[in-house]
Amino acid sequence: MKKALTFAAGMMIASTAGAQAPVLTVYAPDYFTSEWGPGPSIEKGFEARCGCDLQYKPGDLLPRIMLEGDQTRADVVIGLNTDVTAKARESGLFGPHGQDLSPLTLPVEWTDATFLPFNYSQTAFVYDKTRVQNPPESFEALLSAPDDLKIVIQDPRSSISGLAMVLWVKAIYGDEAESVWAQLAPKILTVTKGWSESYGLFTDGEADMVLSYTTSPAYHIIAEGDDTKAAAIFPEGHYFMVELVGKIAATQQPELADQFMEYVLSAEFQRMIATGNWSLPAALPRSEWPEGFDTLPLPEKTLFFDEAEAATVQKEAVEEWRRALSR
Amino acid sequence: MATRPVALIAGTLVAGLTLGPVAAVAWRAGVLTGLEPADWAALRFTLMQALLSAALSVAFAIPVARALARRAFPGRGVLIALLGAPFILPVIVAILGLLAVFGRAGVLNRVLEAFGLPEVSIYGLHGVVLAHVFFNLPLATRLILQGWLAIPGERFRLAATLGFSSRDVFRVLERPMLASILPGAFAVIFVICLSSFAVALTLGGGPRATTLELAIYQAVRFDFDLAHAASLALVQLGLALVAGLVALRLSGAGLGAEGLDRVVPRWDAGGVGLRLLDALWLALVALFLLTPLGLVAARGALGVFSLPGPVWTAAAHSLAVALGSTALCILWAIPLATRRGELLGLAGIALSPLVLGTGLFLILRAFVNPFSLALPVTAVVNALLSLPFVLRILRPEAEALQQDFGRLGGALGLRPFAWLRWVYLPRMRRPLGFSAGLCAALSMGDLGVIALFADPDRATLPLQIYRLMGAYRMEQAAAAAVLLLALSLGLFWIFDRGGRANAGS
Repeated sequence: MKKALTFAAGMMIASTAGAQAPVLTVYAPDYFTSEWGPGPSIEKGFEARCGCDLQYKPGDLLPRIMLEGDQTRADVVIGLNTDVTAKARESGLFGPHGQDLSPLTLPVEWTDATFLPFNYSQTAFVYDKTRVQNPPESFEALLSAPDDLKIVIQDPRSSISGLAMVLWVKAIYGDEAESVWAQLAPKILTVTKGWSESYGLFTDGEADMVLSYTTSPAYHIIAEGDDTKAAAIFPEGHYFMVELVGKIAATQQPELADQFMEYVLSAEFQRMIATGNWSLPAALPRSEWPEGFDTLPLPEKTLFFDEAEAATVQKEAVEEWRRALSR
Repeated sequence: MATRPVALIAGTLVAGLTLGPVAAVAWRAGVLTGLEPADWAALRFTLMQALLSAALSVAFAIPVARALARRAFPGRGVLIALLGAPFILPVIVAILGLLAVFGRAGVLNRVLEAFGLPEVSIYGLHGVVLAHVFFNLPLATRLILQGWLAIPGERFRLAATLGFSSRDVFRVLERPMLASILPGAFAVIFVICLSSFAVALTLGGGPRATTLELAIYQAVRFDFDLAHAASLALVQLGLALVAGLVALRLSGAGLGAEGLDRVVPRWDAGGVGLRLLDALWLALVALFLLTPLGLVAARGALGVFSLPGPVWTAAAHSLAVALGSTALCILWAIPLATRRGELLGLAGIALSPLVLGTGLFLILRAFVNPFSLALPVTAVVNALLSLPFVLRILRPEAEALQQDFGRLGGALGLRPFAWLRWVYLPRMRRPLGFSAGLCAALSMGDLGVIALFADPDRATLPLQIYRLMGAYRMEQAAAAAVLLLALSLGLFWIFDRGGRANAGS
């Protein structure tokens, strides 16, 4: 059986290797590679300049590269979040990205030599203007809002945006975080596994506000011509959520991988991000953002724990959240 | 009269596919870890909600199945087919459907408001149980209905000539049947509810409703703590094993029915009171199950025809997976429809899908490129996950068949193939059709282990629904869900109908 499979695999490799273009294998989250994500246009754009075949392998990133270890088939991994970069870095699988970081236009300072940001957003509570007439104008105002303002959030133990949310509260309130969650608890309608479930509950009218991103209203404005959705912007600041790309150190395609890392920061790639991924480009001045994004209300202040800080507060922050909401 | 070696191979496959992945994950982790305090809280909640959900699903299913067994009315077949629908909906779609009825902005609260009554909240343990009953009551009903239909009509006739009242019929004929069917139905529902996660969390209202499966998800996806994940998965498997053993012990021997398989009139249940009672139960259950489904359908139906191409391609992939799973599952189930086989089959649904996927990935990676296997692996896993339901349906009837015709077959010296051809297939047509329908429908809807095996070019329909939602396209997702629902129900109906074609009304 094993022999037959090896033979079959060998035939497949032999038949594709022939005169065809070299392949750059990119691991990406499932949403990224779908017809409705940014993946397809990025693939097209890159293939036009590299003379290669970019192939996405969609799925969970961290578990898969950790399981594969140095046997990984990936050349590049795109779509990592800061909550897993510590583990990914520790694995020693990733090499330096080698890019000049001066074109970055992030609201936080970024000096990481391994993981390169390609887009970002901030956590925010999104509401429907027709249903919430007096949205809270600050986090403090949200805490004292009446309890019939119902919010739906994501679980920090199963969702990246949920984790960013507990870090957000921790960044604003520090040691007071648990009592802040206790104040929020009566307003929290429910907690969902991931962002999609929460957002579905919100658009169905079940909840008044949903934990989402500052960029969410842009989808409704641009794709649906609907300007009734807005993100409540708080002066206390919003938590930074960034997506990253990393190069596998032992890649068999080092030149192509380097070329891809370069492409990530190019204007062509960065222009596709806003309406492709409904988030903000990591290296494009605001004046070049597409219409609908350039007028989006964005926070003055961006909060962020770097990887090391996050590692020290994360467990405690999630536990405080769990305790306060379990009462 | 399947031969022993075939049963042995089928059983080894099930054991290998469930224990293999856990072992691979545990081996990779090197150690197993003890449970943390938060895990104990999760274990308590998991057990409580699963016990309540299984008990209520089975309890409510009894009067509904009885009404379906003893009443003939127009639309009965359609109602029975639609009863399969909640079970096969993608979780998120089912949740949105339930919230359209029981949620803050739902129908129920609008009605209460109109009468000036206070709002009721679905969020809490009661919401979790309500959702699990919504999913599993139909399954329980069908399992119990099979039991009722397996009671030979001659016995009811005999009871009538002896002047039995409805109560006597229950005591003498129906109670023994229930005693042998209910433990198995309870066990299978209890075990599915053990690994509930998205439903429990969303309708449970927050971290109080944390289940073991959430802890496993966190361990694999966030912390990459395989030791913890494997330990929790073994706890889940252990609970399922205990439930299965208890059910086996309680269910006792088979029915030993010998009859002509015909539905006969029930002279004992002709009274107006009993008729009204049955009508009431049927109306209640139809209202409870079909209202959320109707609202889901109404929301998405119009969008179905403008769905983009990739959704239709995915639908074709899902159909192929479903048909493959069904064939595999039925072939797998026939030799395993025994007491031991059924216990073994429970392991498939008791194992966390995430641990199953991770373990399979670890094992297969040594031989082939896992990405090229996305659809075949999905088909095999779906067959494995459907197996316990199919075994629950087949076993009672297969045992009765063995009891009724085994001696005759032995006396005639029937070889296994001849037994299958002349005795098994004709007599087992109805349960086989129902099994195939259920398996096909489940395989259409299940996301299985796709997270690690996603094929970039061949997405399934449930995956496309999640992708649409992830890209803000909630309305298209609703339309795709209606397509999924229609295809699943269509498959279910075709197989189930095929099985009942010559089995009377």
